[in-house]
Amino acid sequence: MQNARDLKEYKGELSGALGNDFLRTAMDNFAMAYRVSRAKAFAGMDVEGLVQEIARGKDQAMAHMDELFEEFKQNAERMGITVHLAKTGQEANEIIGRIAEKAGVKRIVKSKSMTAEETLLNHHLEDLGLDVVETDLGEWIIQLRHEGPTHMVMPAIHLSRYQVADLFSDVTGVKQEGDIQKLVKVARRELRAKYVQADMGISGGNFAIAETGTIALCTNEGNARLVTTLPRVHVALVGLDKLTPTITDALRVIKALPRNATGQAITSYVTWITGPGECQASPDGKKEMHVVFLDNGRRALAKDPVFSQVLRCVRCGACANVCPVYRLVGGHQYGHIYIGAIGLILTYFYHGREKAKNLVQNCINCGACKAVCVGGIDLPRLIKEVHARIQDEEGHPLQSQLLGMVLKNRKMFHTLLRSARAVQKPVTGGTPYLRHLPMIFARGQDFRALPAIAEKAFRDQFESIKPKVSSPKYRVALFSGCVQDFVYPEQAVAAVKILAKHNVSVDYPMDQSCCGLPVQMMGEREASRSVAAQNVAAFDPAGCDYILTLCASCASHLKHGYPDILGPDSKADPKLAKRVQQFADRVIDFSSFVHDVLKVEPGEFRADGKKATYHAPCHLCRGLGVTEAPRELIHTGGLTYLPAEEEDVCCGFGGTYSMKFPELSAELLKKKLANVEKTGAELLLTDCPGCIMQLRGGLEAKGSGMQVQHVAEALAERLK
Amino acid sequence: MSEKARLADLMAEKAGLVSAIVSRVKSLDEAYAYTLDICDKKEACQLLMAGCEAGLSAPADELCDGKPSKLIAAPGLAPDQAAALGALCQARSVHFIIQGLRQHLAGIDIGFTVAEAGIAETGTCVLDSKGEELRLATMICEVHICVVPVSTIRETSFEAEGLLRALCKDAPGYVAFITGASRTADIERVLAIGVHGPLELHILLLED
Ligand code: SF4
Ligand code: SF4
Repeated sequence: MQNARDLKEYKGELSGALGNDFLRTAMDNFAMAYRVSRAKAFAGMDVEGLVQEIARGKDQAMAHMDELFEEFKQNAERMGITVHLAKTGQEANEIIGRIAEKAGVKRIVKSKSMTAEETLLNHHLEDLGLDVVETDLGEWIIQLRHEGPTHMVMPAIHLSRYQVADLFSDVTGVKQEGDIQKLVKVARRELRAKYVQADMGISGGNFAIAETGTIALCTNEGNARLVTTLPRVHVALVGLDKLTPTITDALRVIKALPRNATGQAITSYVTWITGPGECQASPDGKKEMHVVFLDNGRRALAKDPVFSQVLRCVRCGACANVCPVYRLVGGHQYGHIYIGAIGLILTYFYHGREKAKNLVQNCINCGACKAVCVGGIDLPRLIKEVHARIQDEEGHPLQSQLLGMVLKNRKMFHTLLRSARAVQKPVTGGTPYLRHLPMIFARGQDFRALPAIAEKAFRDQFESIKPKVSSPKYRVALFSGCVQDFVYPEQAVAAVKILAKHNVSVDYPMDQSCCGLPVQMMGEREASRSVAAQNVAAFDPAGCDYILTLCASCASHLKHGYPDILGPDSKADPKLAKRVQQFADRVIDFSSFVHDVLKVEPGEFRADGKKATYHAPCHLCRGLGVTEAPRELIHTGGLTYLPAEEEDVCCGFGGTYSMKFPELSAELLKKKLANVEKTGAELLLTDCPGCIMQLRGGLEAKGSGMQVQHVAEALAERLK
Repeated sequence: MSEKARLADLMAEKAGLVSAIVSRVKSLDEAYAYTLDICDKKEACQLLMAGCEAGLSAPADELCDGKPSKLIAAPGLAPDQAAALGALCQARSVHFIIQGLRQHLAGIDIGFTVAEAGIAETGTCVLDSKGEELRLATMICEVHICVVPVSTIRETSFEAEGLLRALCKDAPGYVAFITGASRTADIERVLAIGVHGPLELHILLLED
C-alpha cells in the first residue's frame, strides 16, 4: 500500500525495504527460481505467437466490452443469476453489502479476488458487522496481519514461516512451530470450520464468459471450490476486463496464465460455474447467485487509444517476478494494491494520482516486464506515459523542466558540456573520473566513480578520422549519442576504424543531439518530441543504408521510441511521420551491423584468448532482441567468452534513474558485479556506453582491476 | 503404438509430473478393489483427519470429533456400480455413502469418481460436478480416486472444448478440471500439498 506523501518519504520506505535481509534473500531466490521454471513450462511452445493471439483476442473483446456485458447478462439472467454493474469500488461494496443484508448473511468466506482487494471490500463488509474470512492461505495470512498483498499470485511472499507461526499461534491460542507443512495443515483445519459456518461465499473470476454466462476460476488450493459450493449465497466480483467472448478465448489464456505465473502447465483446479446450481444449505435447495461487475474506470480505459492495452492483463504477476526493482524492494514498495509493472500503471487509474505519483518514478526502464507479459503489454512505455500525465497534471519539477529546456536547444546543451570540461580539472585530479564532486551532486553517488568529460568530443575529431572511401560497400550515418560524443569518444573512434577496414563510408551529421531518452524517462514529453524531431531532421534517411549507433539505449529509442513519439498515432506532422519510419527502419546497433551485415571473420583479428565476459544491455537484448551477435563477436575477435550468471539483468544505470534512486542503482550494480567477477574474466564487454559508465564506475570504486570495454573497442584493438 | 495408447501414456506422464498417482485398471471392479486396498494399506483411512493432530482453536478442533469410522463416498456412481463398491466396503467394515456429504464436512477418507474426460497434455481430469454431493466428495476427501476411461482422453484442452461447452450450456453447470492434488506455495514459496482439498489424487486409467 502506498501511504508515502512525497518522494522523500517513499525513498525512506525503499531504504527500509533494502535493509530487510529476509525479504532480500526471499526475493532473490524467487527471481532465480522463477526464471528456470517459466522457461521449462514454455519449452517447445511458440510463446510469441501465443502472446500475440491473446493480445489480439483481448483487444477485440475489450473493444466490445458493453456488448459482451449485455450478452453475459442475458445468458446469466436466464439461468437465474442476478447481474449487477458497479461504477465505482464503493458502489460494488454497497451492492454486495445489500445482498448480504437481504439474504440475512452473517458469515462470509472469500476466495482470492484482486478486484475485491481493489475495492477494499473486506473493510466495507466488516463495517457492516459481517464476519469475513479470506480462505486463500496467503490472503488469510495478510488479512490476519491487516496488510495488503505484496504479490498478485503469492500475496504473503514477504513473510517468513516464523512470522506465520507467530500469527497462527495467536489465532489458535496454541504455540505453533515454524514447520511449513504443519502450518498449512493448521490452516486447513481452521479454515474448514469457517466454510462450514458461512452463509455467503465471495469469489473473484478469471473469466466471465459471455457465450454461456459462465464464471471460470483458476486456483491451486481448491478454496474457490468450497467457497462457491458450501454457503447458500455466491457472489462473484469481477472487473469488466474479465469479460471473455467464448470458452475458446478462456482456454487460450489458460494455456499461458499458469505457465507464466508459477511455471505450472495448468492450475490444480479450473472451475467453470454456469448458473446457480443445487445447494442443500439453501431452504429451496438452490443456490442464490450474483455476479457484480466492476467498472471503476475500465470502460473509459477500453476507449483510450494509448492505455486500452492494460485491460489485456490476466493478473499472472510475471511482470513483478522479473522486475529487478521489485526484487530489491518487494511489493509493498512496488504497487498499491496491484503489484509490479502493471501495478504502477493501474494504481494511477484505479486508485488515483496521489498513490501513483512516487511509484511511477521507480521504473528503470529495463523492459524485463514487457518481455514476459502474456498480454504483450508495452508496460515500460505506459509507465512513462503515466509519469508524464501526472507531471502534466501536477506541474513539472524544476529539475526535469530544466533538463528538457537544455536538451531542446542542442547548441546550448553542447556549450554546457564543453564548459563543464573546462571547469572539471579540480575535480578529476587529472584522472578520467570526477573525483571530488561538490556535495550537491555527490549525494548517494559514491558507489561508483563518475567519468569526466573527454578532452576532445567525437564531433570535433570526426573530420580527421572519417574514412576515405571511393566506392563504398555501405553508406552509414553514425548516431553517437551524448555519452560517446562527449565522454567516451574512443568507442565511436574504434567503430569507425572497423568500418573503414570494410570499405564502409561514414557520415556524422553535426546537427544530431541527445536521443531524448533522458527527458522521456523524466516525463518531459514535449522536450522528448522536440529532440526526436531535431534528430530525424539532422539525418537524411534516403541518403544512407544504415543509421548506426553504438549505444543500445539510443538504438532502441530511435528504432521503437521515435515512431511512437512522432509516428502516425502521435500528434506530430504526418509528413514527419513518414520520414520517422524511414529513419527508424535504418537504425541498427553496432554488434548486429558488424556481425550480420559486415560478417566479420576470425581471420581479421589477432586472437589472444583473453578471458572476457559479457553484460547484455537491457535495450539491446530486450529492446532490440539482439542476443547472439555480440557473444559471437567475442569469439570472432579471438577472446575467450566466459558467460556470467544473469547476464541480461539490468546493471542499474537507467540514465537519470541512477541519479534519482542511487541506493537502488547501487544494489543492482553490486549484484551485477558479483556475477561478473565470479566468472574470473579479465575483461567485461558490453554494447552500451551508459552501462559502461555504470560498470566501470563500480569496478573503479571498489578498486577492481577488471577492464570494461565496448565490444567495438575490443574488436578494433585486435584488428590485424 | 495406437493413438489411444499414446494419449494414455502422455496422460500418465503429465499427471505424474504434478504428483498424481497413476495406475491402469481393466475394469471398474478392479478400480473398486484398488480403492479398498488404498483404504486398508495407507494411512488414508486413519480416524484422524489431516491437521487434527495439530494444536487448533476450539471450533476447528470440534469439527475434528465428528468422524465415525473409515469413510468412502462415491455419489456419482450409477446404482449398480454403487452397489458393487458398497458391498466391497461392507465386507471390510468401511463406511460407504453416496449422499449426505454435508454431514461429513470435517472430511472423508476417500472420494471415488469417474471422469467425463482426460486431457493428456496437462494430466487433467474433467469432472461434471453439477451434483452437490459429487462435488463435495471431491473437495472434502483426503484421497481422491478418479477413474478416467482411456477412450475419453484427448490431447489438449481445445479438444475437450465441445464437451465443456455442452456441459456449461446444460445449465446450471459446474465443471471441474482437476490436475494433481490441492497445493499451495504461499508460505516461503515452499510447496505444500492438501491445503484445502485432497492430499492425494489417484488416477485410474480404465482400458475400455
Ligand atoms: S521496465 Fe524494468 S524496472 Fe520498469 S517495471 Fe518493467 S521490469 Fe521493472
Ligand atoms: S501485465 Fe502482463 S505480466 Fe503483468 S500481471 Fe498482467 S498479464 Fe501478467
